[in-house]
Amino acid sequence: MLRKLFPHPVLTLTLTAVWVALMNELSPGHVVFGLILGILIPWITAAYWPDRPRLRAPLKVAAYILIVLYDIVKSNFIVARIVLFMPLSQLRPAWVTVPLDLRSPEAITVLAGTITMTPGTVSADLSACGRAILVHCLHAPDSQGVVNDIKARYESRLKEIFE
Amino acid sequence: MIWEIIVSALLVMAGVFGLVGSFGLIRLPTTMTRLHAPTKATTLGGGGVLVASMIYFAVFMDHYSFHELMITLFLFLTAPITANLIAKAYLHRTERPEDLPPTGTDRGWATYDASADPSRRTDG
Repeated sequence: MLRKLFPHPVLTLTLTAVWVALMNELSPGHVVFGLILGILIPWITAAYWPDRPRLRAPLKVAAYILIVLYDIVKSNFIVARIVLFMPLSQLRPAWVTVPLDLRSPEAITVLAGTITMTPGTVSADLSACGRAILVHCLHAPDSQGVVNDIKARYESRLKEIFE
Repeated sequence: MIWEIIVSALLVMAGVFGLVGSFGLIRLPTTMTRLHAPTKATTLGGGGVLVASMIYFAVFMDHYSFHELMITLFLFLTAPITANLIAKAYLHRTERPEDLPPTGTDRGWATYDASADPSRRTDG
């Protein structure tokens, strides 16, 4: 019964929060209308959600966001220095293959987005079987180090969150 | 006073990173290296302006604004997709499969592997 009413409880909460934030006012009217949208939209789109991604460790999501934000700020400065001061003859752009232990499509999507949003790396392609991701690095004299960084900092945490 | 300094500092920092990102578009030599510059402009460049705006409205206008959080959320959802589309177009137009590192699996990269079916789930 509850499952039927709320096919996707996390989406319901997200939609309500987004609606209130878009209205920019925490009033009962907006919350109620947000809830109505939050219940109706998952119900209408339930057919397009064949399997729900499960968040195994919701608290670790906050830790992950903080780590990514810190890395974004840090690598912004690194990339800014490369763009401004490094002689182009010393620049070592490289394609790097990162083998994936993640299997859930949602987790791989978040990982690819994280790699792109941290300056200095862009995720370009996935292998046809979904077990490796192709990353382009702006400056990577040590490509194995990039792979280890991505696996240790992001992938291991996403594995705890999603799988 | 202290808040005015913080807001101004954030705005200046965001402007500097936006400028560096644009300068990277001119200076960097190839398409793929140029692709790295705009990701920087949207993260710290956009982020600095948004944080400054939140502080400004909370401190000086006496009301809390959530629109900045939404802009951040939508930027983080859409920016990787545009970057990925540009990268894929570049792979199709310029690179050959032999120039890329091997996948380490028995299949090729999805851009070239014609038998790849994007709707198929990875097992697991």
